[in-house]
Amino acid sequence: MSAPLSADLAQIGKSVVIKGELSGSEDLYVDGQVEGTISLKNNSLTVGPHGQVKASVEAKGIVVQGKLEGNVNASDRVDLRKSAIVTGDISTQRISIEEGAYLKGKVDIQGKAEKAAGK
Amino acid sequence: MASVTHNFMKLFRGSGAGGTEAATAQAAQKLTRRSSGLGELSRLWEGDTPICVLDLGSTSPSNIRFFTERGHKIYSEDLLVASTEPNLITKDEHGVATLDSRQFLADNLAYPAAHFDFVLCWNLPDYLDENLVRPVMGRLWSVLKPGGMLLAFFHTKDAGPDSPCYRFHIVGKDVLEMQRIVLKREARRGPTGAVHTAITDGFRLQRVFNNRHIETLFRDFASIKFFLARDNIREVLVVR
Repeated sequence: MSAPLSADLAQIGKSVVIKGELSGSEDLYVDGQVEGTISLKNNSLTVGPHGQVKASVEAKGIVVQGKLEGNVNASDRVDLRKSAIVTGDISTQRISIEEGAYLKGKVDIQGKAEKAAGK
Repeated sequence: MASVTHNFMKLFRGSGAGGTEAATAQAAQKLTRRSSGLGELSRLWEGDTPICVLDLGSTSPSNIRFFTERGHKIYSEDLLVASTEPNLITKDEHGVATLDSRQFLADNLAYPAAHFDFVLCWNLPDYLDENLVRPVMGRLWSVLKPGGMLLAFFHTKDAGPDSPCYRFHIVGKDVLEMQRIVLKREARRGPTGAVHTAITDGFRLQRVFNNRHIETLFRDFASIKFFLARDNIREVLVVR
């Protein structure tokens, strides 16, 4: 599966390994390996089918097709596709989980007010 | 005439398309059953106070939706999948391959004490490796709040070793949808990324507990209640 093409989409390819702190103001597609933290407060993160992310993630929207290990905080929504393997707690306003996705962790649905208050 | 005969025989032999379609059809098929144990638990989630639930079955979007829609927190942890991690295999003093329960509990069920209002154990004890059953139940006791409840299903003695392992989806106050876990051609990666070959063969019933065994298994709990269902399943609701 190839990443959706967009002018405001940064991509981390299959062979790329990044360790450290990632932040930005454009959508990010990760099909490689990232270890550390990812902060995209007003943008979305997609973990592609080959992606392996070991990080705490903060983003507006998060789509997982690959592997994600770490706590997830989405101000809008989280989509776990059928090939997703997620280990960590999820805090979001909305979530969708496809049949076949694997989740080990907590799901905490928070309203806008709670999110804004940082509860 | 030949094609009529062919179609007629297909009724008996199946479509002839091979095991993949049959397995997919089995996986897609969902059976509905009433659950008295779940009905008793429902009073916990129908209140105004947010509760904390631990679901130990396969990740179920239905169950996650069911509880989060009601403002509760749900934790999902598939212990059967976790028990197939290759790094758990060790050897006992006789050199026999066994599963390392200490490592298992270090990797799984790592929650603060008295954290959950109830635990959905489903049919886990019947399918979990012998070495893990008691340690897991001990850990579940400790992560339940005092007064917290645990729901588990046990096969009766009429069950054979090939009794199918199901996933359970909550669809109502006391109604469950059961979805068979079937052979998958594609091996699945587990939490550590290792391939779980055991899952490709499905899970096999490990044992059948009688009532006394069940009472012993839950001896640390304050009370135990049995519900005998029509489908040769005993539902057990225990209170810490």
